[in-house]
Amino acid sequence: MTVPRLTPTRLSIETLSAISLRDGDKPVLRRVSLAVDTGEVHGLVGESGAGKSTIAKAILGIIPSQVKVTGGQIDFEGRDLLALRPGELRDILGRDIALIPQDPSTALNPARRIDAQMTDGLCLKRGLSAKEARTRARALLEEVQIRDPDRVLTSYPHQLSGGMRQRVLIAAAFGLEPKLVIADEPTTALDVTVQKQILRLIRSLQESHGTSVLFVSHDLGVVAKICDRVTVLYMGKVVEQGVTADVLNAPRHAYTKALLAANPRYDRPDIGLEPTPPEVVATLRAEIAAFDASIAGARNG
Amino acid sequence: MEHWAPTTTTAAADTSPQPPSVAARLVRDPKVVCAGGFILLLIVVAVAAPLVAPQDPLAQNLLMATVPPAGFPDAEAGFLLGTDGLGRDVLSRVIFGTRVSLTVAFVAAGLACLIGSVLGLLAGFLGGWVEVLVSRLVDIWMAFPPVLLSILLVAVLGTGLHSVIAAIVVIDWTRFCRVVRTETMGQAQMDYVVAARTIGFARPAILFREIFPNVVPVLIALLTLEMGIAVVVEAILSFVGLSVSSDTPTWGGMIAEGRQVVHEAWWVLAVPLAALFATVVAFNQLGDGLARSLDPVLRR
Repeated sequence: MTVPRLTPTRLSIETLSAISLRDGDKPVLRRVSLAVDTGEVHGLVGESGAGKSTIAKAILGIIPSQVKVTGGQIDFEGRDLLALRPGELRDILGRDIALIPQDPSTALNPARRIDAQMTDGLCLKRGLSAKEARTRARALLEEVQIRDPDRVLTSYPHQLSGGMRQRVLIAAAFGLEPKLVIADEPTTALDVTVQKQILRLIRSLQESHGTSVLFVSHDLGVVAKICDRVTVLYMGKVVEQGVTADVLNAPRHAYTKALLAANPRYDRPDIGLEPTPPEVVATLRAEIAAFDASIAGARNG
Repeated sequence: MEHWAPTTTTAAADTSPQPPSVAARLVRDPKVVCAGGFILLLIVVAVAAPLVAPQDPLAQNLLMATVPPAGFPDAEAGFLLGTDGLGRDVLSRVIFGTRVSLTVAFVAAGLACLIGSVLGLLAGFLGGWVEVLVSRLVDIWMAFPPVLLSILLVAVLGTGLHSVIAAIVVIDWTRFCRVVRTETMGQAQMDYVVAARTIGFARPAILFREIFPNVVPVLIALLTLEMGIAVVVEAILSFVGLSVSSDTPTWGGMIAEGRQVVHEAWWVLAVPLAALFATVVAFNQLGDGLARSLDPVLRR
């Protein structure tokens, strides 16, 4: 599959494989390769259990203990993140790579005020003084269109709404001026009305800061709105990959078609919300079995 | 493909007013104000005991033995709460008794808290063999009957204030250790701790910035509770004569003496008992109020 490369690659995942130790060594990632270019928003789509979060966690070095990476590399600016020592990875995290977490209600520490939580990273990773960091945090909150930043800074998380908290987390992530932001289903826990604003915000910050974004989502509708390119995963295997418009307008794989058909269509209430047809699932499973067999064969032969 | 253009929509501001400061919240809590005020009063009385006490707490006057408190028949001026079997002023002795009780409360509970929470934080955060080692130690430790263990300890170390404090610390650190360990383990799983790891924070930074602030409210509640317990334990050891020497007035010692003359002079028993009771209640209520006011999630 050839994808036009306009800009240099920032993050490149090569044949990443992982197994679940708890689940009889079942593969969770099957030789996944994808590249996120500079200034690009790359969508990572799939149903739950497809392995999209595992990829995000592998990049951030927070793979759960029951999952084991068995092969491949995660190349970030010429260094394999999987091969780094913990201290080296810690240097990169927060400075070059930042996370927008999924659930804003649990991702902020309930015992600490917003100013303390926002300035932490700025002091530690950007070397700002406490006073500079606070000024910067205030400016960042203004950048994410929070009207009364001073009140938000002195608030505790439970005093803010879900949308406000997600804005704070987005401000904190982009405020570190990372080269890559990993957005792990950033709108899933939010109201539909707030979702739209948050997507718009991520896109505008990404454009103004020139950040690359790996956007993890199960929602093709969301991905269509924000992503330049998209990778579709099923059972840890890349099913389809390409420019978002191409993939969505002319899906080559039956599974992508099925995913599109499963999306609600507000403009066409007569179609949409179709479950994945059983023959598509059967074909996919057969493909994956054949793929696993070919890998095993290549290893043995 | 539709890209959303950046717009200037402003997030709706929450209507809740500026959150009150911690101090303002504490002052509004009646439990904190009443119990804290009482304990503050006790501290002042203990520090200024020679100035506050109407009589010398050790001065015996056999002609004035078992004088009842003011308001009762045969009461004598100058002995507001009566005298004991040796004619010593009960009020003055209770006042001087606060010194021993509060010293034990603060020092013993503080040290037990320090040792227990450090071990609990390490066990809960590091996990692995540290956790196994600390947990087994706590299990074994808690199998000893506490009062007997403290009597044994004081018997070995010799009587005196330092022995009483040592006995309480040695026995009660497990209380802190268990609670802090569980709390820390729970916190370590939370999303914001994982989020802190993804900013590349080192482990000590995560422990002190993310986890410890969430353990503090429960720790403070436990600490004040432990102060109440320490006061009672000191009284028990005084009662059996294993605390400070008998020329220092203690509430436990007074209760022991009062027990012998309870039929002729009930006040010798009742007054220190009331002081003990009020102090323990105050510590418990203060802990409850502090936990409520300091916990950011429970705050209203």
